[in-house]
Amino acid sequence: MKYLLVVVGMFFAGMVAAQSKYESAMGRGLEQLKAAKTAEDMSTASAFFERVADAEKDKWLPYYYAAYANHMTGWMNLKADKDKVSEKTKDLIGKAEAIEQNNSELYCLRQMAAIQQMTVDPMTRYQSYGAEARAALDKAIKADPNNPRIYYLNGQTLMNTPEAFGGGKAVAKKLFEKSVGLYKTFQPASPFHPNWGKEEAEQLLAACQ
Amino acid sequence: MKQVATLLSLLLLAGWASAQVKITGTVKDNRGRILAGASVAVKGSYDGGVTDSTGHFSFKTFEKGAQTLVASNVGYKPVETAVTIGTEVIDLPFALREEISELKAVTVTAGSFEAGDKKRAATVLSSLDVVTTGGANADISAVVKTLPGAQQVGEQEGLFVRGGAGYETKQFIDGTLVNNPYFSSVPDLATRGRFSPFLFKGTVFSTGGYSALYGQALSSALILESIDIPERSEAQLSVSPIFLGAALQKIAKDKQSSWGVRYDHTNLVAYFAIVNQKPDYFQVPQIHASDANFRIRTKKGGMIKYYTTFTTNRLGLRRPNIDDPTLKNAFGLKNTNWYQNLSWRESLGKGWKMNLAASYSTDHTDFNNQIQNQNNQPVSTGQVWIDSTNVAAKTTADLSQFRAVFDKRLSGISVIRFGGEYMYFYNNGVYNNRIGLLRDHFKSLFSEADLYITNDLAAKLGVRFEHSSLIGKAEIAPRLSLAYKTGNGGQMSLAYGVFYQKPENSYLYATTNFGYTKATHYIINYLKNTTLQTFRVEAFYKKYENLVKTYPAYNNDGSGYAKGIELYWRDKKTIKGLDYWISYSYLDTKRDYLNYPGQLQPNFAANHTASLVMKRFVNSINTGFNFTYSFATGRPYYNFVKNGSKYDIADQGKTISYNNLGFSLNYLMSMGKAYAVWVASVTNVLNQNQVFGYNYSHDGSRKESISTPSPRFYFIGLFLSWGVDRRQDAINNNL
Repeated sequence: MKYLLVVVGMFFAGMVAAQSKYESAMGRGLEQLKAAKTAEDMSTASAFFERVADAEKDKWLPYYYAAYANHMTGWMNLKADKDKVSEKTKDLIGKAEAIEQNNSELYCLRQMAAIQQMTVDPMTRYQSYGAEARAALDKAIKADPNNPRIYYLNGQTLMNTPEAFGGGKAVAKKLFEKSVGLYKTFQPASPFHPNWGKEEAEQLLAACQ
Repeated sequence: MKQVATLLSLLLLAGWASAQVKITGTVKDNRGRILAGASVAVKGSYDGGVTDSTGHFSFKTFEKGAQTLVASNVGYKPVETAVTIGTEVIDLPFALREEISELKAVTVTAGSFEAGDKKRAATVLSSLDVVTTGGANADISAVVKTLPGAQQVGEQEGLFVRGGAGYETKQFIDGTLVNNPYFSSVPDLATRGRFSPFLFKGTVFSTGGYSALYGQALSSALILESIDIPERSEAQLSVSPIFLGAALQKIAKDKQSSWGVRYDHTNLVAYFAIVNQKPDYFQVPQIHASDANFRIRTKKGGMIKYYTTFTTNRLGLRRPNIDDPTLKNAFGLKNTNWYQNLSWRESLGKGWKMNLAASYSTDHTDFNNQIQNQNNQPVSTGQVWIDSTNVAAKTTADLSQFRAVFDKRLSGISVIRFGGEYMYFYNNGVYNNRIGLLRDHFKSLFSEADLYITNDLAAKLGVRFEHSSLIGKAEIAPRLSLAYKTGNGGQMSLAYGVFYQKPENSYLYATTNFGYTKATHYIINYLKNTTLQTFRVEAFYKKYENLVKTYPAYNNDGSGYAKGIELYWRDKKTIKGLDYWISYSYLDTKRDYLNYPGQLQPNFAANHTASLVMKRFVNSINTGFNFTYSFATGRPYYNFVKNGSKYDIADQGKTISYNNLGFSLNYLMSMGKAYAVWVASVTNVLNQNQVFGYNYSHDGSRKESISTPSPRFYFIGLFLSWGVDRRQDAINNNL
């Protein structure tokens, strides 16, 4: 009996350890992400999250961050092949979506990947990748209209779109205002859920004034 | 208790021994090429690493005992290796095999210029390219002429490709043949294409060796794919001294369907009053064009598309008669054309896809040529070679067709495709009271397989069967092409194909006792494509057989050849903001056809042709500047004179070389609630003399050069659009 108790006890202890192992890994990963200064740091962080995700199998957040960090390498490394980077980003988003369906944050990432690919050759790619980006944000809104990142991302895109094509600061400003407003009350579902973009939105709003 | 103690001590021991173990190695592909950024992990743990630029990885792990290492990289099949982790450093090489994917697989490119963003390569020709090519005035064919393989022929419409006449190039919209892609012919003038570039999302210009899905074109196929549902609802207004137009495009709220209508009126009265024209236009060109469309996305993601256009145009012009300068030739033309196309593509599940299309077009042309005196009154000279050029003619050309193509995906991304088409051609002509009637039930069956052996090697095998009831003959045309990736974005392609085409109606009216004309293509091509740059070199040999002869008898005794080499370079990278392409074609061709006395270089073929196209959009001033320079060496011209039982070359020569600098400017702005685009363009900026050939008098004593009706063509226009912009709807509703 005693023996059994010990075994059961160890089993529970093991579970708690596994839980905290995931949490501590996520914590470490987010630290890495925050501290990343170069594209290489970002890819290391991305690979770390991917390993966590592959090992956990049922958690979408590590895939989310793996995709996010991978996406960032496409901007940080000026020589990056943005198509290749985005192909990997989308692959990781796909894995996250297989676990967590219809998630606003994942649709936002899809928009970011599409915009990254559009910037390779905006004049020609505007029609295809621009549409892909818009479709992703439409889905993001349907999934959660109170996600502040939707309006931040849309504002950022429109700010860089010529006025003649419906962009410009005036249009973008409204979106940043909405985003900043939402950030004031936004609470992530857990310490590991996406919670970035507030400062960026505030900065871009200031730039639109 | 004893057992627990043992267990605890064991655990402690394990902890003690769990100093990290280093795992290192390399990741390469199955051909030994380094893979940077590949990841290696201990399966089920968080431990792992990423390969650096030399393909090496190195990481430490606490995991012990029998474990699995996984190496993975996007686009490659992951590889797992069992290892036993002890205390020693583990060093392992991994070799990953590429997955065959549509994005990575080689495409067969011999002979064709593919546009669109399907392969993410630097696109060759998009609708935006068409409207921003200097001097092309948004005419698809004019832009295609800046690509290698096409001749700078300015005295008649059509694409003259690799030693082929204009009628050897056919145009297809969503798979169906277009019977009258250009406005009706006028002697010594090139007319525009009927279709706006904005109707199409992709253009494939094939200069040879094209797919078994298409036939009845000896030289070339221009394959146009219409757009699906547009992005936004909008109203458009086009204003210019030459034309006025209005259009409406409406997209349903759910974005699953759309419809649109358009009307344009072109009238050159004002333009001709300002810009002097060499011919005397007694009927200034006028065009009424209208079109309508609807597009529906089906529940399963397929598309149903309908497009129709109705056009009428008329013109009349007088030019001096070459046999007697005191007389004039008055040429008048009236044309109506109705075209419609309905297509349906759908996925049928289990790897099956279906493409159905039907189209109907009817074209009516009235034209006449009258010999007139200086007072513009009809005269009879009594000289038969002058009087016989008095013509009154009426033609009707109808084409009804049905086409079905089925795709079945085989293993991987290989596809087998097969289908058939039925076309009914009805041609009725009255030429000076002589009546001709041609009816052709034309059937074809085709099958084609795209086989991907690896990502680096692909083959396209096809065969096409064609039968024409009019000439009562059938032929089988094989097609084959191969493509092999040579690395670093480069690839080699080979293509071979046999192409048949029935003789043109003008000869079939004389007799239907003809066989098919035939061309055999051999093409080798090297293409290097990176995101913003394309380099392409292609060499070809084309053998012509059974070409139409009209003298000494109407038969298929003609023959010929064409060979050459072509270069293309497009670069959007080197100079920021500048997009340019250079094309060069060398052509060596001779043919014996029609009344040619032997094998001669045809009068539509120049030996060297080159184009430089440059485009720059300056964001700070919202203005695009576009330049196109085209050059071609002189083309031969001949005067054949009948001498007893044969034709002799009474005179021959070469024209001066052809030079043309075209310029256009686009300025974008907003006017009230409208987006506005100002377009200004001019052809032949440098006013260079352009001679396309010569017309001879009956006795050969006089010859006159054929040139454009005025040295330059100017255009200025304002295109306004009021968008009911649905793109931001979802977001704006939440603001």
